[in-house]
Amino acid sequence: MSAPGKPRRPAALLPPDHARDRPLFAVAAILVFLASLAGFGAAGAWQAAEGWTAQLSSELTVQLIAHDARDADADAVDAAAQIARLPGVIEATARSRADAEALLRPWLGGAGLPDDLPVPRLIAVRIDPDAPPAPGAIEALLGGNPYEVVVDDHARWEAAVQRSAGTVRYFALGLVAILALAAGAVIAFAARASLAARWDVAEALHLVGAPDRFVTGIFQRRFFFLGLKAGLAGAGLAALAGYALAHGAGAAGAVFFLPVPALGWTAAAIAPGAALASALIAALAARLAVTGELKARWP
Amino acid sequence: MTPNPRPAPDLNRARDPAVRFDSVGLRYGRGPEILSDLSFDLPSGSFHFLTGPSGAGKSSLLRLIYRARQPSRGLISLFGRDTALMPRSALPELRRRIGVVFQDFRLLEHLTVFDNVALPLRVAGQARASYADDVADLLSWVGLGERMHAHPASLSGGEQQRAAIARAVISRPELLIADEPTGNVDPAMGRRLLRLFVELNRLGATVLIATHDITLVRSLEAPVLELADGRLVSRPRAA
Ligand SMILES: Nc1ncnc2c1ncn2[C@@H]1O[C@H](COP(=O)(O)OP(=O)(O)OP(=O)(O)O)[C@@H](O)[C@H]1O
Ligand SMILES: [Mg+2]
Repeated sequence: MSAPGKPRRPAALLPPDHARDRPLFAVAAILVFLASLAGFGAAGAWQAAEGWTAQLSSELTVQLIAHDARDADADAVDAAAQIARLPGVIEATARSRADAEALLRPWLGGAGLPDDLPVPRLIAVRIDPDAPPAPGAIEALLGGNPYEVVVDDHARWEAAVQRSAGTVRYFALGLVAILALAAGAVIAFAARASLAARWDVAEALHLVGAPDRFVTGIFQRRFFFLGLKAGLAGAGLAALAGYALAHGAGAAGAVFFLPVPALGWTAAAIAPGAALASALIAALAARLAVTGELKARWP
Repeated sequence: MTPNPRPAPDLNRARDPAVRFDSVGLRYGRGPEILSDLSFDLPSGSFHFLTGPSGAGKSSLLRLIYRARQPSRGLISLFGRDTALMPRSALPELRRRIGVVFQDFRLLEHLTVFDNVALPLRVAGQARASYADDVADLLSWVGLGERMHAHPASLSGGEQQRAAIARAVISRPELLIADEPTGNVDPAMGRRLLRLFVELNRLGATVLIATHDITLVRSLEAPVLELADGRLVSRPRAA
């Protein structure tokens, strides 16, 4: 005799049980949400800090101070053209007297400056940060001219900015690490609790002769997918929230250091990475709990 | 060099009792001794009843045999091997040689009767196609042919008990241990289930049945181990 209408596939030994899985699902989703947001913040802060230092080390300013009644604007244009030909220089732009006055206006007022007041001309130089011109190259190049040249390579600023950018980065990373640890611990804890409700399955399997790895394998798979689903839910919500903060509320985005406007690939990897981490933590917690319990009950 | 003679495991096994208790005592935690000074053999292929009043320690004794508990003193051998020296890794193989009918059934609620009964075969890695007919046949024999796709929660106590018995015998264990296997069925079904155990015993299995049911004990000419207050009252005759 054969079983009428028997299903083709054997039933799952440990099927989803939504009532019992809900606490773990909720806890994992919420913590992955928070950790992902912290991760976005860290990525944004990292990006911002990178931007500050990159900008500083790829720019320098040349001040040109003319003493005689020369045509300083013409000198500046000429000097900029010479500087632009130096190796390591990408672009050199001379600022006219009008530009310089515009810069000084906040301090000196809009009345204009006396024509005979010597106003230094500025040349903005964009350099290749990886192969900058040799130190002193610009001074040497323009040394023979009847005007004074002061090169400001922002080195003074760079050290300070580097330091505070580093602080921001490691603070952000530390925050993410702490949140990830807390999330991992709580997910592991919830997985254990959810497991206790299913202990009958492990016991029945053991008593009919299932080796430990068979039993742990079933639980591990089950909790991996549960952790993954919860993680995807949390990370998906975090991605939406991050997007809304960065684009909808520009000011808030700046406050939270959210990466604007384009997410770098590291930032884009945060959400799926957090979901996967949640899955792995849940699976590992289930594995350790089942192995420990099997050994404790049947030494 | 001449090759070693082949060992004769079957002969040795035949000589080894399936179960040997030697001055066994059991206590739960720091409690009093529930079982004391138990010494007996269940020869391979024998059939025994285990009786005694409620609380005498029948279930506890069976737990020692299927190694859900280890004795607090004394020595237990299964199939000629000292269980205290058995590594954990040998446990699955030992479990597969022993079929157990639990007093509280221990069926999995989320599996159908069919899947519950098939569990030992599935765990042993057998394909569904290879056992589907055997499982269905056995379920018909115990009167559950119509209920095989039901879940345990929808079965009566007696039906659950029969499912538990089917699960214990489906893999033709060398040793069958049954704890009150007829406690929830009518006398006619009780006799039918007993025939199942006798049939398994005829095929070579060692059988031990714990029961209160005196009519069941009297219906067979089988030796009886009687427990009272954790001690054996009568010793089994040689099987
Ligand atoms: N897990 C346990 N922890 C502590 N004491 C236990 C445990 N299991 C059983 N006992 C005690 O051991 C004694 C024997 O119990 P056991 O279940 O072996 O008796 P039994 O002969 O099977 O009884 P019944 O016929 O009612 O099934 C009882 O006094 C019981 O209270
Ligand atoms: Mg009992």
